[in-house]
Formats: sequence, C-alpha cells, structure tokens
Amino acid sequence: MRGNMKSKNISFDKTFDRVVVCILIIFLLIVAYPLYFVIIASISTPSAVVSGQVILLPKGFSLEGYRKIIEYKQIWKGYANTIIYVILQTLLSVSVTMMAGYALSRKKYPGRTAITVYLTIPMYFSGGLIPTYLWMDKMGLVGNPLVIVLLGAVSVYNVFIARSFIASNIPDELYEAASMDGCSHVKFFLSVVLPLSPAILAVLTLFSAVGQWNSWFNAMLYLKDEAQMPLQAVIRQLITSQSALALATDTGALQGEDMVQQALLTESIKYAVIIVSTLPIMCLYPFVQRYFVKGIMIGSVKG
Amino acid sequence: MIRLPADKTGKSDQGKNSGAFPGLKRRFGMEVIKKKIKANWQIYLLLLPVILYTLIFNYIPMVGNVIAFEDYKTFKGIFGSEWVGLKHFLRFFSMKKGMTVLWNTLRISIYQLIAGFPLPVILALMINSCKHMRFKKIVQTVTYAPHFISTVVIVAIINVFFSPSSGIISNLLNTLGVIDGPMNTLTSASAFPHLYVWSGIWQGLGWNSIIYIGALSGVDPALHESAIIDGANKLQRCRYIDFPAILPTIVLLLILNCGQLMSVGFEKVFLMQNSLNLSTSEILSTYVYKQGMQQSQYSFSAAVSLFNSVVNFAMLLIVNTIARVQGENSLF
Repeated sequence: MRGNMKSKNISFDKTFDRVVVCILIIFLLIVAYPLYFVIIASISTPSAVVSGQVILLPKGFSLEGYRKIIEYKQIWKGYANTIIYVILQTLLSVSVTMMAGYALSRKKYPGRTAITVYLTIPMYFSGGLIPTYLWMDKMGLVGNPLVIVLLGAVSVYNVFIARSFIASNIPDELYEAASMDGCSHVKFFLSVVLPLSPAILAVLTLFSAVGQWNSWFNAMLYLKDEAQMPLQAVIRQLITSQSALALATDTGALQGEDMVQQALLTESIKYAVIIVSTLPIMCLYPFVQRYFVKGIMIGSVKG
Repeated sequence: MIRLPADKTGKSDQGKNSGAFPGLKRRFGMEVIKKKIKANWQIYLLLLPVILYTLIFNYIPMVGNVIAFEDYKTFKGIFGSEWVGLKHFLRFFSMKKGMTVLWNTLRISIYQLIAGFPLPVILALMINSCKHMRFKKIVQTVTYAPHFISTVVIVAIINVFFSPSSGIISNLLNTLGVIDGPMNTLTSASAFPHLYVWSGIWQGLGWNSIIYIGALSGVDPALHESAIIDGANKLQRCRYIDFPAILPTIVLLLILNCGQLMSVGFEKVFLMQNSLNLSTSEILSTYVYKQGMQQSQYSFSAAVSLFNSVVNFAMLLIVNTIARVQGENSLF
C-alpha cells in the first residue's frame, strides 16, 4: 500500500517537475525575447525589420544605425556627463550612508532613538515636487548640475540596510575592545568597519550607480543646458523628437526614395540607441547580480 | 523591514547608578548623559552629514508644503503669500478633472496589484521547486535583467514594439489576420492601463521574486524530508510547507503595496503619455507636474500632491493596523 503510494507520488512529481520547467521556460522566453529582438533588429537591414521579416534571426546586416549613433556627439557628451554624475553621487551616497549606518548600529549613546525617528519620517512623508523645486530654486540649484548629484543621493532606506548589516557583522563588543586600546569611533569606522564591509559597500555602490545611470526625471526638471544633460535625457530626446530623423537626414533636403530610406534609418537608430545605452549595465550585471540580491535580502530582514 | 529595534539605550546603567542614591538621581543622571555625549561625540560627527542632508533635502521641502494653504506668489515668498486655507483642496475635489485623475490613479494601481502581485510569488515557488541548479540560475539571471533597464529605454522598447505600422506586434497580427492595417495601441486610451501594467510586470516579475526566493531558502530541508516520508507529493509540499513559509513575507509586501495604492510612479506614465491616451493616462503625479511646472499653479499643485501623500500615509496606517489586529506581520 505504502509502496504503491510512493510510486504514485514519484510519477506525479515527475509530471509536476515537467510542468514547472515548461512554465519557467515560457516565462524565460517572454522576458528574454524582447531584449533579443532589440539586438537582432539593431543589426538587421532596416527595411527587413520594418516589414516584419526579422523575427527569430537577423536578416541582412547593417550597422548603419550604430554608425549614425557613434557620429552623434551629443550621445558621447551624455555618456561623459552620466559617468561624472554617477561617480560623484555614488561617492557622496556611500560615504554618508556608511557613516550613518555605522553610527546607528552602535547602541550606547543618548539620542539614538530620536535620530532614528528623525530619519524614519521622510521615508513615509515626502516634500513633494513643487516645494522641492521651489527650494532648489531658492538655493540656486536649478540649472546647476550639482542638483543631479545631490538630489536623491542619500536614501534613508539604504542607511537602515547599512545599519542592519554592520550591527550583525561588527558587534558593539568589538568596538569596546578597541576603545580600551584608545581607538576612537572615527578611527574604528575607518580602519575596522570599512575593511570588514566590502559586501555592503558593493551593494550601496551598485544601488546608487544604477539608480543614477538610469535616472532621467531630475535632469528633465532641473537642467536647462543641453551640454549638461545625462545619457538618459539625450536618449529620450533622440527617440521622441524628430532628432532621430534629423540625424538620419544629415545630408539636407531629400525627396521620394531617399525620404523612405531615411525613415527606415530612423527606426534602426532607435534600436541601436537602446543597445548603446543599456549595454554597459547588461554586461556588468550578471557579475554583480549577487550583490543586488544581497542588498534586497539585508533590507528584508527586520530590525 | 522597517520596524525599529526596541531601544535600550543605556537604560540598565542608569538604573544601577540611581538606585542607591535617590536624592542624587536627577543630577547624577544628567551628568551621566553629558558624559556619554562627550564620550561619543564622534558618533554624532558621523551622523552629522545624514542629519544635515535630511534637513535640507527632506524636511525643508516638507515644510514648504504650507504653500498648499496659500496663494503662493514667487515674489512674496512662502511667508508673505496670502493664506487661503483649504481653497485649493476644495477646488480639486469640485473639479471633474480631479475625480478623473484620482480614478485613473486608482485603476492603474489596483490593476497592478491584482495582476502583478501573485506572479512573483508563483515564480519564486516554481524556481524553488526546480532542482536543476544551472537552469535555475539562468532563469533568475534572465528574469532579473529587465529591472536594470531605465524607464526611458523601457518606454522606447514599448514604442518600437507597438509602433502602429512597423512594429513587430503590428506585423505579426497583420500576418495572422487578427487585425488589418496599423494598430493604435500606443494612442488608445483603453489600452493604456494594460500596456502600462503588463510592461511593468514584464520588467519587475523576476526582481520582485527575489525576496520570496530568499525566504524560501530559509525553509528547513528536514520538513520536506519528513513530508516525503509521510507520502506528500511535490504539489502538496509546495502548498503546505513552502507557501506557509513565505506567507509572512507575502503579507508584509501586500501591506506595503496597499499603502502605495495612490502613488503610481511618475516617470513611466509621463513617458507613455500622449494627447490621445490622456483620458486614462493622466494620474495624480503627472497632473501635479503639469499644473505646477507647466502652468505654474504652485499652490494648487502642492495641494494635490499633499493630499496624495496624506492619503498614502493614512492607507499605510490602516492596512498596518488591520494586519496587526489579524495577528499577521506588521510594519510597526
């Protein structure tokens, strides 16, 4: 009887496994296909893409879209700007977050609860778009690239992630032992906490860097000068406005046949620009994936 | 996630010191605190940047919300502008547009919650029950990937895919004979919520499952082993071991999500908007942006946004209380 049930279970489990794998493969294809399509569309002949001949494999071969992008100076300017914003904001973000995370992870000093509450309130209640804008304006930050670095640099949520990590990895007792030998908090932070926390440093760096790399709204809202625009803002402009068409028609007035050619080229520029802007993150991401996962996990542990 | 640990800041030491000399209690206590502050001054030094940052970039704009109760004029400033009480709030509620915007916001977020919330749970349970490590890794890496694509690029991808005449979907449907001629998904008001929600699910499905996969990895294998001996099949183990193990996490995330019902993100909606789908795509945050930044109705816009964040906070409190009364996990 028991053996019978067991064998029944084994065959059920096998079917179950197969169904699960099938569904996972479907999920996988649904997620991967659009990304794959953008890649093959970007290297196919534009006319083949537009007429729907590119579905599973690239058709024809044309790097015309990429060539136009590479010639487009604004993209590279945007790249350079974004890299500068990413580096500055990440430095600011990680240092402020780690300092605060360490301080909050220590237990024995007056005012800790009050400071925690003070930092928690903005997590639930924000200033809102207009008051923030007016205040930035008052501080002279509208139109100033510094605003891109400063706004959103410190997230209280990340401070709490850092706190949880440090509290569970570097116990109070360790500091007490070090303080017997005359080690101060700042010295302890620099020479013990930072070297012992590469994982959380990686998590904070990646969260901040990806966030800034992908951000577009603050640039749209606060920056006026084209030369200061980050990559995402340049891409946005290229994709929506007629500038892609203008880029394609750099030879001046066109008619008939040429016009069609240029419209096709515009399409291929769109695919190429998606690849060019996303490639760095997509190439880097599989290697650092575990840190992102780690960040989520630390954040999900209470306390 | 957000619950603060019970603070026991030095309480035990103080108790020890004050017990024997009740008369000296207060002075002594104050002195202990002073001494502690002095001994820990470097801690406060380390906290100074975050305190200043929060003050400048969070608290001052928060105070700036008072313009919602004024007729704010740039040249008069926050303190010189005329006080009008609830005028802007009442105006928003009396407008037909106001109700449309509210309803659009709710429709998108409720749709998102119902369609998007269960899928990551299911994905996590499936990934967890899959024993082939290599395959599992591939599924995870691929499904997490779209999370890292910027909103600007996601919307660009949506636009090229659903492009009326040259997009792959239009081509496919034309070939299959489902439609004839160009498709108008991008400019259709009725299609907007679907397009928004399902593209969001596409992007976030894998990423949102991480937290459940993490919780599942904490399940004791001994539970599964004894269940197998008792004759439970995989589906039953999934239902009676794995699912209960992540239930607290599910409830917690459900609370968080319900608390955010009125806060549909600005960027993606704004980028997907066009004049033809505006009747369903105008939500609170985009309306706030347009009224404030494009029409310069600072006070009115601030009032709408303040109303929005008050409702958000109230909803968070309500769902949290319900969860606590029900004895499930709660935020605070």
